Amino acid sequence: MNSESKIIVKNGLWDNNPALVQLLGLCPLLAVSNTFINGLGLGLATTWVLAGSNASVSLVRNYIPKEIRIPIFVMMIASFVTNVGLLMNAYTYDLFLTLGIFIPLIVTNCAIIGRAEAFASKNKFWPSLLDGIAQGLGFTLILCALGAIRELVGQGTLFYGAEQLFGEWAKSLTLSFYLTDHKFLFAILPPGAFVFLGLLIAIKNVIDKRNEEKAKAVKMAQLGLNNEALAHE
Amino acid sequence: MILSSPFDKEPNSVTEIMLWVIAATLPGLFALVYFFGIGIIINILIASITAIVTEALILKLRKRPVKATLFDGSALVTAWLIGLALPPLLPWWMIVVGTAFAITFVKQVYGGLGNNLFNPAMVAYVLLLISFPVQMTSWLPPSELAQNPVGITDTLSYIFTGSGTNGQDIINARQGIDGFTMATPLDHVRTELAQGYRITEIQSSPIISGLSGIGWQWINLAFLLGGLILIIRKIAAWQIPAGVLAGIFLMSLLLYFTDNDQYLSPLFHWFAGATMLGAFFIATDPVTASTTAKGRWLFGLGIGIITVLIRTFGGYPDAIAFAVLLMNMAVPMIDYYTKPKAYGHKTNKGAAADV
Repeated sequence: MNSESKIIVKNGLWDNNPALVQLLGLCPLLAVSNTFINGLGLGLATTWVLAGSNASVSLVRNYIPKEIRIPIFVMMIASFVTNVGLLMNAYTYDLFLTLGIFIPLIVTNCAIIGRAEAFASKNKFWPSLLDGIAQGLGFTLILCALGAIRELVGQGTLFYGAEQLFGEWAKSLTLSFYLTDHKFLFAILPPGAFVFLGLLIAIKNVIDKRNEEKAKAVKMAQLGLNNEALAHE
Repeated sequence: MILSSPFDKEPNSVTEIMLWVIAATLPGLFALVYFFGIGIIINILIASITAIVTEALILKLRKRPVKATLFDGSALVTAWLIGLALPPLLPWWMIVVGTAFAITFVKQVYGGLGNNLFNPAMVAYVLLLISFPVQMTSWLPPSELAQNPVGITDTLSYIFTGSGTNGQDIINARQGIDGFTMATPLDHVRTELAQGYRITEIQSSPIISGLSGIGWQWINLAFLLGGLILIIRKIAAWQIPAGVLAGIFLMSLLLYFTDNDQYLSPLFHWFAGATMLGAFFIATDPVTASTTAKGRWLFGLGIGIITVLIRTFGGYPDAIAFAVLLMNMAVPMIDYYTKPKAYGHKTNKGAAADV
């Protein structure tokens, strides 16, 4: 992988993560991430649409009149959303029912049109496709993390409803950590999503700050050595 | 300025104010304990311990001086109000979850005392109410109406294990003399109205007798007494409780006039549920309430009106907590538009403004 692709991938997964940094697509992120599997399902669907729309937008980017580019992007995104909706209806029907309105609503996910506008309309085919996949996976990562936390805190399970995505055999994947008569509804309802997303963003910022300080310290140490060397001369 | 003695000293340190607030809740606390048993005190104890431990942990994490902030009493007041607001015999871990959340996410995350947008005690209450609606809306019957009065050991057993000392279900404790599970007066009126009864019919039930139901009227009167002490000591701004009570009165009077068989009277609203506790002790939180004289009136009126609207048309029996939180959000705007004009500046009317 060359350095350009590395930057694209790192941007999508961490540095410019759609959920943690751009804060785009929060509506589905907050509404659907009540279990890990729901998050994974919506995340994969979004990744598919992002990859498809980014790739196709970059192919036709030189033929689209500037003035009406947004409606054209939306039409292209909508066709991929229809496509993924039909696929889920056919192969993961239960998950399709659980996610409900949020599958057609992927079309309004601003992370997708944002990438079409900011990246795909200015770059060649392969980088655009890679960017779509990386951004989609970054979004999926956060959806899954948020889903796992909310599921665990809210009802004490992990991978609940795995059979909806992977078929009957996956029922055994569901882990149950504690049983309770009273679910912690706060974690399952949208307010919990806001709080836990806030925590995830805070954790990311802390990690970034630590890395930055470490890099700074290394640099300072090098400078200090240089200065010492100069002083000796 | 040089003045001669005697000085009428007003309490000025945070700790002193907090201690006064706690002292002023004592009449209400005694009334609550008299009617609902020792569970309320256990609530307060659990909440206080949780609040202090959480506060110390977070202060340490934030690398702030622990001792000075920990003992200013603000965390204790938050815990105290949470304990007073929660129903007795609530499982202990729910109190811990609510209090820890209030201190961590509502107070410390915003920067500690003085920086929070929302009233921590009320966020804890709402968090628990939306998470565990069944437990949070089942109060005990007032002691004189209870079929199985709950003793001290039973209380502890219910709180820490979920069942009585003989393993009996908590439903037992909630039974009234007629064998039915008891609801609070507000909750009772609400279910009966939904079943098509009229107010006059509902008022024949023993739990609703008197001004606003056995027990609750005395609890509210006791909180009113404590609240008046706060006002006289100038610890709480009088405009806020006045505004809350006026808002409740006006809104419920309006409804009462349209159909007094469907809507409760203003007096009932005044002395039911958490009205007095909310008006004098919760809405007057100096950090999250409005800070201007006019603004305090608006803030209080808003709480009163929203409370009656939610009590009458909303999904929950009582609404002080929701009303306070909703008006907390409006405080920055209220303060912005009610800023007193500096002396000498012209007002819209062309006269100098009084400050």
